[in-house]
Amino acid sequence: MINRPDKAKLYYPHMPATWWLRKRSYFMFMLREFTSVFIAIYLVVFLISLYRLGQSEAAYAAFVDGLRSPGWLAFHWVALLFAIYHSVTWFLSSAVVLSLRLGTWEAPRWLVAGAHIGGWLVVSVAILILYTVL
Amino acid sequence: MSEETITLNVTRFRPGQDSEPVLQSYTIPYRKDWVVLDALNHIKDWVDQTLSYRWSCRMGVCGSCGMMVNGEPKLTCSAFLREYYPNPVTVEPLVNFPVMRDLVVDMSDFMDKLKSVKPWLIREEEKPVSEGEYLQSPAQLGVYKQFSLCINCMLCYAACPVYGLEPDFIGPAALALAHRYNEDSRDQGKEQRREVIASNEGTWDCTFVGECSVVCPKHVDPAAAIQRLKVDNTKSWIKSLLLPKGGRA
Amino acid sequence: MTHDIVIVGGGGAGLRAAIAAAEESSNLSIAIVSKVYPMRSHTVSAEGGAAGVLREDDTLEFHAKDTIFGADFLADQDVVETFVKEAPGELVQLEHWGCPWSRDPDGKLSARPFGGMSVNRTLYAADKTGFHMLHALFQTSLKYENIVRYDECFVTSLLVDDGRVIGVTSLNLYTGKVEVVAGKAVIMCTGGGGRVFPFTTNASIKTGDGMAAAYRAGAALKDMEFVQYHPTGLPGTGILITEASRGEGGWLVNKHGHRYLEDYGLGPPSDTPVNRKMELGPRDILSRCHMQEHMKGNTFEGEYGHYVHLDLRHVGREVIDGKLPFVRELVRNYVGIDPVYEPIPVRPVVHYMMGGIHTDITGKTTLNGLYAAGETACVSMNGANRLGSNSLTELLVFGARSGRAAAQFVAGQQAPSASALEALAKDEQRRLDSNFMKKEGGTEEIAQIREEMQAAMEEGAGIYRDETRMKATCDKLSELRGRFANIKIVDKSEVFNTGITSALELDSLLHVAETVAHGALSRKESRGSHTRTDFPDRDDVNYLQHSMCYQTPDGPRVEYLPVTITRWQPEERKY
Repeated sequence: MINRPDKAKLYYPHMPATWWLRKRSYFMFMLREFTSVFIAIYLVVFLISLYRLGQSEAAYAAFVDGLRSPGWLAFHWVALLFAIYHSVTWFLSSAVVLSLRLGTWEAPRWLVAGAHIGGWLVVSVAILILYTVL
Repeated sequence: MSEETITLNVTRFRPGQDSEPVLQSYTIPYRKDWVVLDALNHIKDWVDQTLSYRWSCRMGVCGSCGMMVNGEPKLTCSAFLREYYPNPVTVEPLVNFPVMRDLVVDMSDFMDKLKSVKPWLIREEEKPVSEGEYLQSPAQLGVYKQFSLCINCMLCYAACPVYGLEPDFIGPAALALAHRYNEDSRDQGKEQRREVIASNEGTWDCTFVGECSVVCPKHVDPAAAIQRLKVDNTKSWIKSLLLPKGGRA
Repeated sequence: MTHDIVIVGGGGAGLRAAIAAAEESSNLSIAIVSKVYPMRSHTVSAEGGAAGVLREDDTLEFHAKDTIFGADFLADQDVVETFVKEAPGELVQLEHWGCPWSRDPDGKLSARPFGGMSVNRTLYAADKTGFHMLHALFQTSLKYENIVRYDECFVTSLLVDDGRVIGVTSLNLYTGKVEVVAGKAVIMCTGGGGRVFPFTTNASIKTGDGMAAAYRAGAALKDMEFVQYHPTGLPGTGILITEASRGEGGWLVNKHGHRYLEDYGLGPPSDTPVNRKMELGPRDILSRCHMQEHMKGNTFEGEYGHYVHLDLRHVGREVIDGKLPFVRELVRNYVGIDPVYEPIPVRPVVHYMMGGIHTDITGKTTLNGLYAAGETACVSMNGANRLGSNSLTELLVFGARSGRAAAQFVAGQQAPSASALEALAKDEQRRLDSNFMKKEGGTEEIAQIREEMQAAMEEGAGIYRDETRMKATCDKLSELRGRFANIKIVDKSEVFNTGITSALELDSLLHVAETVAHGALSRKESRGSHTRTDFPDRDDVNYLQHSMCYQTPDGPRVEYLPVTITRWQPEERKY
């Protein structure tokens, strides 16, 4: 049992729908959440392209051709930026989640995040090279 | 004596009298070594006896004096006026909590949540005191030490939009303390805490905004604690799927 | 509400008492009534550590002797012997309850040097020992279903029926109602009253409410003249810079860069700390040395008066961050310098009251059914000067003892009579209404009276005292008591009325101040923290006795009670 105030006498503040505009960090958080919408759409597009490729080379070429429109190009640029933003925040977050300890020493966050981002860059560059070489 | 003054806009809420909180302005002498709490004390002592707020240690360890200072959750005993001068300073009660009076919020909700995570050392078998202490290496201490530094000041709850939108969320400080005991090498109570921690109102309500850790005056990092609890719960869940008897012997 | 045991105050002593009583029997209903949430209690601010014999190079005899010597032989030696014997178990018990004590590489509890202690026996949790102890106790208390809490309820009086304490009245801050919390026994654990002085390490809540309530109810306040100045507080704010900073090797230097303590018989200086020498001398002596340096013109002068330097630079960043992180945080925040690179300005500030409600070795007071523990009590283990790190252990040992004693006491007691409770509560409501809640037309400002009281205490009851100035202080205090009757109460609201609580606290402070000043005036000798320029020597013939202060309509009456000596005959106190 604990002492409690009379609920009827309390003032209950309500959170405005625009709460995420109040602070930069809240806005960046909402942006991070919002990026998943674009990434999801991109994935759907990607899955369709795989489906077309399974149908025939011509079907795939026609589909890819359709994506060359300015609207789709713009979408892909935005999706790319968002994917990068999401990935960076993901790897920065991973440093918070992962605690690497050796005795009393704990790996500093920048090291964990740096290792993640470094690895990500290496893999991305490798894919890019493979893509251009092949 | 200095002639400089500073204006404080302070929330007043008199239950039964005001239907909602209003800001009241006080212009008082400015001193560069004053914190916001000193300014409130000056008002209380010499200008307006009816202003109510909590405070005690004035050295950032008792956790009483958390308020919104210009919209940011702060311990007013460590928020210096010089950071704001010559601009006015707005002092409001911590957001996301019901307001009881002026700058005083109702935190009984937290007291219930704290208890719900069983923030005490749980042992399968107690060792008699006569047999001495449980051994714990500095490295084992280091694993949970940071999470034991929570002063229950409630700044993290004020910074957490999830708590604002979803008042049932157990919230950063209570979960950080749950993690503190889970990670203590002397504790054996993880399973007893799991139900509450792994519930919807537990860690899974957290969307990792991360502001709790930003505002924490003691660098407890509740956001890290919650994410690590999530990882731990997930591991335990996978284990329960893969192993007979839920992975428990 | 009726309980078996009502504990007033939710700090270290109160929580320890509650747990001890709860462990005696799960059938007991135990209430903790506190004007703040338990984790806000001032135990939270203790930094340095808690003493107890746990290491092989130490003995109970050493600890007892250090304590008695530090107390300038005014400690009751049977109490000290019990204290040192039970201290190790209590510290281990707290370890079992999760307190994150700092550890040696082998996983055992670590111990550091502390002022006046002959060996390293002060356990610590970095430099937030009180914080960790309080939170460990509070969180542990949550698991006992028979402990109920009245958080943010301000106890205004003890209810005494026919010589027996049967509960308290408390002002519920949430409703503004005066409620009766009845119990077969009451334990006072309300801390000290350092706020009677202007410069103190004490939190704002340290207003001696429990001492004053017991005093008004007829209990004796013992050895109130003994007020400890901590030699290293920050000028202005009075924020504590722990003695552990000297235990870890910090130096006190005057404005000429000289480690002046060697000029006062505390030498020889050495680069590494030596127990009981130099900066590890006892607090009363170090505070007097500071004042002597000031009189010689060797201190710095700043906005908040004289100060010296506490130099930690040679201690190094690694030790500071590892063992004194809070010191670094506090100095950076409140002084704006980094102790790794610059010396810290410090001055003596009021820290602790050795005196308090007179109790026996079980925590029992002179009022039937009333117990007390912690700083608010005077069980007489600290005598005329407490050694640093003994008080955190004291609140465990005597908190637990009073909890157990109260639990045993209530077993044979009838529940308080409802009619007596009602009548007493009515009287108290009337007193509160006429003096506070419904008081009209006063003109005296609370803050004005408080500031004048604090100035008078600093002037007449500070580190150095003499008859003329003490008399002036006593006169000033009775003038302030008279003016207090004409106090101005503007806030008439019900919810969280801190105008009323400020007035109630000032009432308590004036009572406490009065007992300190009158106790000091009556003691015509110098002993421990009580230093009189007109009686510079210790007088064992007349004053190897505790002062006992009782309230009378004409002001405090001081009586004396002999000190209990067991094995250690008084000798000259030299370090």
